Amino acid sequence: MMTDRQSRDRGQDMTLLSIENLTLSIHGTPILRDVSLSIAPGEIHAVTGESGSGKSMTALAIMQLLPNGAQATGHITLGGTDILTATEAQMCAIRGRDVGMVFQEPMTALNPVKTIGDQVMETILIHKALPPDRARARAAEILARVGLPPDRFPLSRYPHELSGGQRQRVVIAMAIALRPKLLIADEPTTALDVTTQAQILDLLKGLVAEDGMGMLMITHDLAVVADMAHRITVMRTGEVVESASTPDLLANMQHPYTKMLFSASTHRVDLPARPAPTPLLEVRGVTRDYRLPRRHLFRDHGTYRAVSDVSFTIDRGERLGLVGESGCGKSTLTRAILGLEQVQEGQILLGGQPVFTGHRPNLAMRRRMQVVFQDPYGSFNPRHRVERLITEPFHLLPDPPKGVAREEAIAEALKAVGLRPEDAGKYVHEFSGGQRQRIAIARALIIRPDLILFDEAVSALDVSVRAQILDLLADLCRQYDLTYLFISHDVSVVRSVTDRVLVMQAGRIVEQGPTEQVLTNPQHPYTQTLIAAAPVLPDLGAA
Amino acid sequence: MLRYALKRLVSLIVSLAVASLVIFFVIEVAPGDPAQFMLGMNAQPDTVAALRAELGLDVPKWERYLNWVGGMLTGDFGTSYTYRTPVADMVADRLWVSLPLAIYALTISTLIAFPAGIYAAARRGRAGDVAVMGATQLGVAIPNFWFAMMLVLVFAINLRWFSAGGFAGWDKGLWAGLHSLTLPAIALALPQAAILARVMRSSLLDILGEDFMRTARAKGLSRRQALWRHGVRNALIPVLTIIGLQFAFLMAGAIIIEQVFYLPGLGRLIFQSISARDLIVVESVVMLLVFAVIVVNFLVDLAYAAVDPRLRSRT
Repeated sequence: MMTDRQSRDRGQDMTLLSIENLTLSIHGTPILRDVSLSIAPGEIHAVTGESGSGKSMTALAIMQLLPNGAQATGHITLGGTDILTATEAQMCAIRGRDVGMVFQEPMTALNPVKTIGDQVMETILIHKALPPDRARARAAEILARVGLPPDRFPLSRYPHELSGGQRQRVVIAMAIALRPKLLIADEPTTALDVTTQAQILDLLKGLVAEDGMGMLMITHDLAVVADMAHRITVMRTGEVVESASTPDLLANMQHPYTKMLFSASTHRVDLPARPAPTPLLEVRGVTRDYRLPRRHLFRDHGTYRAVSDVSFTIDRGERLGLVGESGCGKSTLTRAILGLEQVQEGQILLGGQPVFTGHRPNLAMRRRMQVVFQDPYGSFNPRHRVERLITEPFHLLPDPPKGVAREEAIAEALKAVGLRPEDAGKYVHEFSGGQRQRIAIARALIIRPDLILFDEAVSALDVSVRAQILDLLADLCRQYDLTYLFISHDVSVVRSVTDRVLVMQAGRIVEQGPTEQVLTNPQHPYTQTLIAAAPVLPDLGAA
Repeated sequence: MLRYALKRLVSLIVSLAVASLVIFFVIEVAPGDPAQFMLGMNAQPDTVAALRAELGLDVPKWERYLNWVGGMLTGDFGTSYTYRTPVADMVADRLWVSLPLAIYALTISTLIAFPAGIYAAARRGRAGDVAVMGATQLGVAIPNFWFAMMLVLVFAINLRWFSAGGFAGWDKGLWAGLHSLTLPAIALALPQAAILARVMRSSLLDILGEDFMRTARAKGLSRRQALWRHGVRNALIPVLTIIGLQFAFLMAGAIIIEQVFYLPGLGRLIFQSISARDLIVVESVVMLLVFAVIVVNFLVDLAYAAVDPRLRSRT
């Protein structure tokens, strides 16, 4: 904290934003305690921490867009104005003009019924910065500056006509339209693919450098900020645990929580050796087409090829990874393997038997596979107890265990994932996100499937929880000789828990091979782009 | 947009064709011979046969269907079995009461519901919201005929501002016509306004929780500016659906109110025709109502597209 005080003593001009002893509660529940940080013009200050650390609330406090019932004490000073004592009218003048904000979810951050031109212009018009005709020209300039030139992206476009990355550019354009002194970016790339993420981060970096803005960057992903932020503040449960310039922090971490965060981010699990190869799942020349809506009454509907001529094999005991960006056909392939959908060409065999016979899933094969999904909140019925949730796969069995055998199966599955047999009587809302994902794994394990599909199963989890779940997977591999297909957009996770990896682009497998080999020495240009775009933490040696 | 409109238009024509078939055959299979009914139970069989021939009831069903549809397309709805006057004239007279009444009521209902719903949503959980929601609860619960009688009691009998019933006719001028439709329109509008205000409120509350409302505030819009510029238009889609449904109800379902105010509207005409087995009138009025409902739905579809650009490009 000495450095902060020194910089403040050097004069007001050096500090753009200063937060001192900010304490916040919402309806009496403490959210933030004694948070202090400061940002100088041109500085990128990253605030990082896991969910519930209060990083987003800190940002919303600066904007004074806190939820109802929020009570804040302390000081937030932005360019000489005390934010906490400013009136709502003063805040309306500050928001958008002095501070711009970029949000996490570009798909919903724009009004779907207004054109992008109108939405960018609105920032200018609402502050009466320019008359309407000149505001339109200025909006076009700004959109061009964020990479949406008007000849290719006319102002009359609507948000639904743009991709996620393009929408995020529009959100950024709205935020920087009046060249604010401070830009707050709250997880600006979390919802984007890695290649898009790299482009957006470059854009933000460039804007800060050109305009001399200060930027408060909120992220849970340390790798994203390690090579971009000048300063990193680590938060946990509403408090700042450590704050230092990026090189200092990386070289000399003080707080155990910071150390834990870094080691969890680069966590490598210890997978047991795989047994001798005997094929379990064979995917041969699979193609999946979707019918598009008819464009014309008398013309044939078109088709969209989501998966195109895909072939691969998973051996018994093998851990196979599948990486690719959104829309590449990963999920379609998952559904085809589970026999949930019919494929147009090719065959999928599990242990030599087709997963889909006639026009319906082959139940005998279906009961030998289980799946764990991404969202630990949405994939459980909140009205059922854990016992009922994890025994759901029993309905696939011709003769499900009953009575004592059933109790034992439940207890064993729960113990296997690190929960207690007593947890069977609880409801899911009593568990954290990580615990829910353990329950999801218990549900998959309970019928001892031959193959488990993990569909982005750790993507929604905090790094420390993610590390625990990955360790659990390695444990389970040792105990049960698991065979799984691990689907993820996150190259670093796939590297850690798989033996072999497939890289998928636009419905095709463009590269496959042993994980370590593919990821360190990618051959296909797409794999190379993907790996180059993925943010990595610097090698910290001893840490 | 044009393609979207054309598509909706094709679907409108198909719906009308299907509806005409269903109406014709459902009414045909209903028991009761109109000729027999008109002549009484003691009529001679040859008299009945002669009347059937005169009414065109002796030709095959398909031919009668085609005659009926063909006639409607050229404005000839046939001749009423009971009154022996052209159905087109009877319906037109009534339509000049029912259609203005429906539009009048819908206008009142919208004018009340929009501000009330928006006001309640903007003050969610506060006194204003509670008051508006309480009032709409009452509006939904009170039967409109009771409410109509109260209106008559207060404004016609005590205050003498309006007549208690009857329709002055449009030939005495627009004002006289509107004046005699005012109380019925209010009686019809209030329960509809209550429902519409609740839909407006909940739809707007959903929108207020959207991410783009927070984006708007981050740009510097005040709460009120964000609500008007970004909230209301997005909240309109469910509201438009309800308005379309309400219009259909107001056209056909006003029979009780017509009865209370002695209005010569379509509702009463259809009721009388059914009692008299005047099937050709029933068919024509029902077809007319179906036509009105389908046209309104077509307009609602166009309004959706005007509000939401995503629908325009989807086609």
